Amino acid sequence: MNAVLETRALSKSFGAVVAAAEIDLVVGEREVIGVIGANGAGKTTFINMVTGYLRPSGGSIRFRGRDITGLPPRQVVRAGICRSFQVSQLFRELTVLDNMLIALGMLREGALSWLAPLHTRAREDEARKVLERYTIERYADSRVATLPQGVRKLLDIAMATVSEPPLLLLDEPTSGVAAEEKFALMDTVMAPVRASGAACLFVEHDMEIVERYSARVIAFYDGRILADGPTAETLTDPEVRKYVIGAELHRDREAGCSK
Amino acid sequence: MRTDPGTRGFLIAAAVLLAAGPFLPKWLSYIATISLGYALVVAGVVLLMRAGLVSFGQGLYFCLGGYAVGAAGKYWNLGDAFVLLAAAVAVSVAVAALLGLLLARYREIFFAMFTMAFSMILYGLLSKSQALGSTDGFNVSHATFLGYAPVALQGWLYAAAVVLSMAVAIALQRYLRSGMGYAGDAIRENEIRVEYLGISVYRVVYLKYLVAAGLGGLGGGLAALASGHVGPDMAYWTTSGEFVFVALLGGTQHIAAAFAASFLFELIKTYAFELSPYTWQMMLGVVLLAIILFLPSGLWSLVARGREALR
Repeated sequence: MNAVLETRALSKSFGAVVAAAEIDLVVGEREVIGVIGANGAGKTTFINMVTGYLRPSGGSIRFRGRDITGLPPRQVVRAGICRSFQVSQLFRELTVLDNMLIALGMLREGALSWLAPLHTRAREDEARKVLERYTIERYADSRVATLPQGVRKLLDIAMATVSEPPLLLLDEPTSGVAAEEKFALMDTVMAPVRASGAACLFVEHDMEIVERYSARVIAFYDGRILADGPTAETLTDPEVRKYVIGAELHRDREAGCSK
Repeated sequence: MRTDPGTRGFLIAAAVLLAAGPFLPKWLSYIATISLGYALVVAGVVLLMRAGLVSFGQGLYFCLGGYAVGAAGKYWNLGDAFVLLAAAVAVSVAVAALLGLLLARYREIFFAMFTMAFSMILYGLLSKSQALGSTDGFNVSHATFLGYAPVALQGWLYAAAVVLSMAVAIALQRYLRSGMGYAGDAIRENEIRVEYLGISVYRVVYLKYLVAAGLGGLGGGLAALASGHVGPDMAYWTTSGEFVFVALLGGTQHIAAAFAASFLFELIKTYAFELSPYTWQMMLGVVLLAIILFLPSGLWSLVARGREALR
């Protein structure tokens, strides 16, 4: 298996607080990995370090064999790692279509024109096609600030993926989304990811979603990787049960019911 | 390629203004020339505002442009209006290229205060410089046009101002709709997202600052040629404040708003001064208050509303 992402002894501390310690991780091509852990376990810190938002205190990050440690976000993005945000980061006062056009112009084309208009027929068609793929085409002319959370989440992810990156990091794609819409949202998000052959890491608190969409799970606890392996194995790991999932795992209850 | 409606509007405006030129009373063509120069500076302020930055120091470039025109005539005997204006733009952009390196790091009140501080430094320097007439400034020699020295200078200046500023306006309106233009809106709304779309926010802000400075210099140069005089007041913070005022008056949706608002502003100023020489600023204050209360997106929102109604 070829490694897309490889981190060695990656760590980050803020003064005396250790947010991440000695994180060794290898992500293979096309792998879809669920990342679990309580709040403050270091999941987002990890994503922030990989995407250049935070500079690691130590260790290295290699992406497709190239050392990207310490590069700023825009260069990490150009290298081919894109991310979505726990709280969607959008251009709130602009329309969904404008958001998408800006993403296409900036991320896919890479250079900004000075006089040629952003709104062209070809680019608009392309933007609407992407919006359609993410099932939010009907909101194209609405201002982002007026939209429900689920639509914003999808737009956030759609904008991050316009360059069809080899590695996609999704920070809690379903947070703030109504429980009954979570699976539909994940289906919508994962279909194009699988189709493009990208590797994908997603942070998630809902174990049902983790089980359903990922083959491998990484559990974070206290800035460290507590367990890393096939989903079923990690989720039944006693340490993971104790520190991350808690005793009230739904499967316990189900098992209890069936007894 | 078909011309977009914005371009067509400015072309029509240029034709009308040029055709009307010979029939305008002298005072009106003077006000028009001055306000075209003003409008260019304001357009620069608008450009930055759209990126979420309020420059309280465009007087710096307005003044630099004016002094460049004046000094080039005074010391190097350059007289051609276009050469002088090119010099005004060049000096402004060169200074901005240096200051921008620092300013592009700052936002909000810090950006506003820093820009103001730099323009006040220039004000201080010029006020103390006897060679440049200290607080009185100095007179700008008559311009020529490609070797021709017209007797009716004002008419020529008016025509040159119309042609130049409308050409710039067309380019700017296209710019606002371009990738760079939208990058301004994007930066105002969410810088983090822009970085994660692979674009350097710092670089975009820096380039926008250069463009705004070039516009400031060009406007200052035009104003200097039209009024025949430059002084350090051009860099004083109240001058910069006027540009922000006019930008708010017009609104930031369309470049034409800067031109309409500048002209209106010059008229208000002239009449308010005539009506009450001691309290004319109060009238400006009332106008600004009314705009903020009733038209928070500026005068251009009236045009936008009208268009909606016609649809």
